[in-house]
Amino acid sequence: MEVPANAQVQVPAGSAQPKPKMVARNVNAFFGKTQALRSVNLDVAENRVLAIIGPSGCGKSTFLRCLNRMHEVAGGSMRGEIALDGEDIMKIDAVNLRRRVGMVFQKPNPFPTMSIFDNVAAGLRFNGHRNHKFLAEVVERCLRQAALWDEVKDSLNKSGMGISGGQQQRLCIARTLAVNPEVVLMDEPASALDPLSTAKIEELIYELKTKYTIAIVTHNMQQAARVSDMTAFFYLGELIEVGETKKIFTTPEKRQTEDYITGRFG
Amino acid sequence: MNGTGGAYLFWRKTKNNVMIAFAAACLLIAVVPLVMIFSYTLLQGISSLNIDFFIQMPKPVGETGGGMANALVGTGILIALGALFGLPVGIMAGIYLAEYGNNPLGAAVRFLADVLSGIPSIVVGVVAYIIVVLPMKHFSALAGGVALAILMIPTVTRTTEEMIRLVPHSYREAGLAIGIPQWKTTLRIILPTALKGITTGILLAIARAAGETAPLLFTALGNRFWSTSINQPIASLTVFIYDYTKAAFEDWNRQAWAAGFVLIALIFTISVVFRIVTRSRYEER
Repeated sequence: MEVPANAQVQVPAGSAQPKPKMVARNVNAFFGKTQALRSVNLDVAENRVLAIIGPSGCGKSTFLRCLNRMHEVAGGSMRGEIALDGEDIMKIDAVNLRRRVGMVFQKPNPFPTMSIFDNVAAGLRFNGHRNHKFLAEVVERCLRQAALWDEVKDSLNKSGMGISGGQQQRLCIARTLAVNPEVVLMDEPASALDPLSTAKIEELIYELKTKYTIAIVTHNMQQAARVSDMTAFFYLGELIEVGETKKIFTTPEKRQTEDYITGRFG
Repeated sequence: MNGTGGAYLFWRKTKNNVMIAFAAACLLIAVVPLVMIFSYTLLQGISSLNIDFFIQMPKPVGETGGGMANALVGTGILIALGALFGLPVGIMAGIYLAEYGNNPLGAAVRFLADVLSGIPSIVVGVVAYIIVVLPMKHFSALAGGVALAILMIPTVTRTTEEMIRLVPHSYREAGLAIGIPQWKTTLRIILPTALKGITTGILLAIARAAGETAPLLFTALGNRFWSTSINQPIASLTVFIYDYTKAAFEDWNRQAWAAGFVLIALIFTISVVFRIVTRSRYEER
C-alpha cells in the first residue's frame, strides 16, 4: 500500500514507535455529496489507547466507523486506504473485519429479547458455536473482563434490559469481547452514563489495553487525558494534530489544538 | 404573574376535567358496539348454544337440532391453509421491504400490496376459482385456503414492514458490529424484537380471513357432510351462517345467530391465546 508523496503523516513525537495496528491513509469520507472527512492520515498503535477528540460534527465518529466499515452501513462512502495489520480492510470480508474490529456504541444497546448470557454469547452462537460448555466459559471470561461478572453471575438468565445503564454498557463491552476482537472501537461509551459507571468504564479501558488495541471517541477532554496514551484532535473533518496525550494536553503544536483544549471553542 | 390566580386555576382544572370526561365518553362509545354485538348475538342464539351444537353434524332439512361441527373444523382448516400459504409470503415480503426495499422494486411491491388489500374479497374468490378450482376441476378446501392467503398477504406484509422499521437501528448496528451477517441479524435479532407487533398483523389477517364468506363460495363451496380433506369442498362457519340465515326455518335462523356468536368468540380467543403464547420470556421493562 503506497503512501502518497504529499501525505502529511503525523508521527507522534518523542516516543518509541509503537507498532501500528491500523493505518489510515488519505481517508476521505462522504455522506452522499457532503464530505465528512478530509485526507485523514492516522495510525492506531497496537495495545495502546487512542483518544479522538474534537467539537461536535468534526468527523470523529465518522472516522471511527470507517475503521470497521460501519460507515457504509449508514449509507456513506469512503475513499482512501485503511489497513489492519497491513491488509486493506476493503479487501477483507466485512463480516470478518467486524469480528476483528469490534465496536461499543454511545447508547448501551443489549439485544432486548435475550438474556444476559445470550447477549454475550450472541456473536459466537450466531456464527455456529453450539457447545454450551464453551459458550459458558467465554461468557464468564468476558463478563469478568468487563467487570460485570460478580454483579450478574447469579442472574445470567435475566433479561439484558433489566440491569442499570452502566451495567448494560459493560454488558455490551463483554458482548464485543466475546468474539475475540483485536481492536475495540468505542464511540463515546460513557457519555450516557452516570459518573460512577463512567469511572468503572475508564478503569476497564485501562485494563483492556494490555490485550486489545483501543480507539475511543470522547467529548470529554478530561476523560481523554485520564484514559489514553495518544490523542488525535479533529476539527471540521480534518485531523489537526496527533501525539502523546501528555504532550497534546500540555504543549500542543497547533494553535487550533491549544484553543480547543483550553476551551476557547467547542 | 397574571395566570396563576385562584379563578384562573379553577378554570384550567375544570377544562381538564371536561376533557377527561370527554375522552372517557369517547372510549365508552367505541366499546359499546363491541359489547352490543357480543350480547345481541348471544341473546338471539343462546337457545341453540348447547354442547350438541358443537359436536353434531347438521341435521337434514325439517329436523330440529343438529350442529355445526363440520363448519367449525372447516373454518379451522381453511384458516390453517391460508396461514400456511400467506404468512411466509407476507412476512418475507415485509422483511424485504423493511431491510432492502429502498429502491424502485420496493416501491412497486409496496404499491401493489396496497392495491391488493383494496380488492373486494369476492373478486379474490373468483381469481382463486380460476387458478385453483378450474385446473383441479372441482371445489376444494385448498382453493379456499389460497383465496384466504391472498387476502391475508397485504396486511401481514405492511404490518411486518412497519414493525421491523420500528425496531431501533441501534440493535441492527449492534448485531453487525459483532460480525453477524446482515441476513442473520435481521432474522435472529430484529425479527424477534419486532415479533409482538408482527403478531398483531398476523392476528388482524387471520381475523379477516376467518370472517370472509364471499371468496369461500367459489372455492371451498361448503359441505353439509363431514370432511377434513383438502381436496374436497369443505364447510365453514361463515358459509354456514350465510346458508342458515337465508333459510326460511326459524330453527336454522337461531342456529345462525349462535354460529355468529361462536365466530366472534373464536376470533376473540385467537387474539388472547396468541398474545399469551408469543409473550417474550423476558418482558421489556
